[in-house]
Amino acid sequence: MDDFYREIILEHYKHPDHRGQIPGASISHEEDNPLCGDRIRVDMLVKDGVVEDVKFSGQGCAISLASADMLLEEIKGKTLDEVRHLDKQAILDLIGIPLTPARLKCALLSLKVVKVGAYGIAEWQEDEDAE
Amino acid sequence: MSAPIAMPATAAFDAAKWRADFPILKRMVNGAPLVYLDSAATSQKPEAVICAMDEYYRQHNANVHRGIHVLSEEATSLYEGARKRTARFINAASWREVIFVRNTTEGLNLVAQAWGRANIQPGDVILLTGMEHHSNIVPWQLLAAEKGAQLEFVELTPDGLLDLTTLDALLTERVKVFAFTAMSNVLGTINPTQELVRRAHAVGALAVVDGAQAAPHLPVDVQDWDCDFLAFSGHKMCGPTGSGVLYGKRALLEAMPPFMGGGDMIKTVRRRESKWNDLPHKFEAGTPAIAEGIGLGAAVDYLTAIGMDNIRRHETELVGYGIDRLAEVNDLTLYGPQDPSVRGGVLTFNLKGIHPHDLATLVDQDGIAIRAGHHCAQPLMEQMGVAATARASLYLYNEPHEIDKLVVALHKAQKVFGG
Repeated sequence: MDDFYREIILEHYKHPDHRGQIPGASISHEEDNPLCGDRIRVDMLVKDGVVEDVKFSGQGCAISLASADMLLEEIKGKTLDEVRHLDKQAILDLIGIPLTPARLKCALLSLKVVKVGAYGIAEWQEDEDAE
Repeated sequence: MSAPIAMPATAAFDAAKWRADFPILKRMVNGAPLVYLDSAATSQKPEAVICAMDEYYRQHNANVHRGIHVLSEEATSLYEGARKRTARFINAASWREVIFVRNTTEGLNLVAQAWGRANIQPGDVILLTGMEHHSNIVPWQLLAAEKGAQLEFVELTPDGLLDLTTLDALLTERVKVFAFTAMSNVLGTINPTQELVRRAHAVGALAVVDGAQAAPHLPVDVQDWDCDFLAFSGHKMCGPTGSGVLYGKRALLEAMPPFMGGGDMIKTVRRRESKWNDLPHKFEAGTPAIAEGIGLGAAVDYLTAIGMDNIRRHETELVGYGIDRLAEVNDLTLYGPQDPSVRGGVLTFNLKGIHPHDLATLVDQDGIAIRAGHHCAQPLMEQMGVAATARASLYLYNEPHEIDKLVVALHKAQKVFGG
């Protein structure tokens, strides 16, 4: 049964590289998953349209926190325009395991925080409709 | 590991027999026999219930009431027969006191809207408890906001019982309704319903009982309890989804305005006014869930044949066994009363370092169905200081060896997470 929890997911969960907060962040946003009460906050430091630093905080399951850590790894150093193009599939590729619909919500929570925080809720609604 | 804990032998025997009545329990999930430990969310259905609904659609399907033709008379007789047997199941004084609704939630909303809007005044107090399901909180919040009434809560003791020492202070003359669950869906706590009703009545308040967990698992006698309203769901007690009951004392129901308007709930309709139908039809506007009502009747027959006392005895033994077995697991916190005599078949817990979502996913890999989350009781979760918990809930068809499998899976989960 441990296939589901690939080593890489547990590694990001137990030893996240991007956990924390950024005082004076350009963008700070928090969302929760109403299904389970998980809550993730993402702080972004953006300079000249580039994400110079990004950190997450909050509580959640291994899937939601590991995917947050992996997502943040992905967006650090990218421009906000590039980040805008990250979609559900990008997260699934990072996680690399099939997810049930309920766990998909866990996996996508951090993407939602980033998208809503950086571009507003309109940007996210599209994604949810596509599910 | 310490000395093995003896399995409750008599219960195991009965459960094996009852278990055979549930076709779904024969299926495999993720390569393992299904271990269904999520009955507090919804129960599985016995063959008898599935057949009753199938038979209705194959042989008797027609709209109920006012029908002249044979099928309509058969459908009406089956549907109303189910109501009468449901009335006996909870020992209602009359079948007219049994209103068919979709579920507990609808029943509680009916009370809050139809009774509440006609009777609650600004400054009145609606008393709830700290262990309520959202369905016994939100309808009262809506009512309180509309009427300018106030919500108060009976707090819990550290072991998950209602703190009755505060009840006298809370039950003032301003309290018009005391709405509480007979059994918690998170802690498993069985509340002293009869005593709570008596104390509500002593200050002139109505007693509204959420029976969603009690009706499937405990003997229920509304005349003995003397409650004014009782709401419960068919789908948690071996019946179909979409079936549920609001019991209400006849005098109260007679005096209440209707909940919804439409067909079947009227005697006569004129252009600008209508005359309400007799009970219970006054509260059942529109074509009801006929097959579901008939399915609920079959579920009531099934439970009655086994005997609610026997079901309770089985679950008391099983939950006691579960409490003992879970105590063997390191870093496991079990919530709720430790005494099986005041605890229904609900085992809510957390494993240190493993989010309940991950736990539910991991044990699901072994075919074990448990629930993870806030169980629609966020205010209680807040009091417990947790965002989410894992919950294994039991029913008449569960056996001790299924709890053993859960314990094995929990140990495996701890290994995955590096223990």
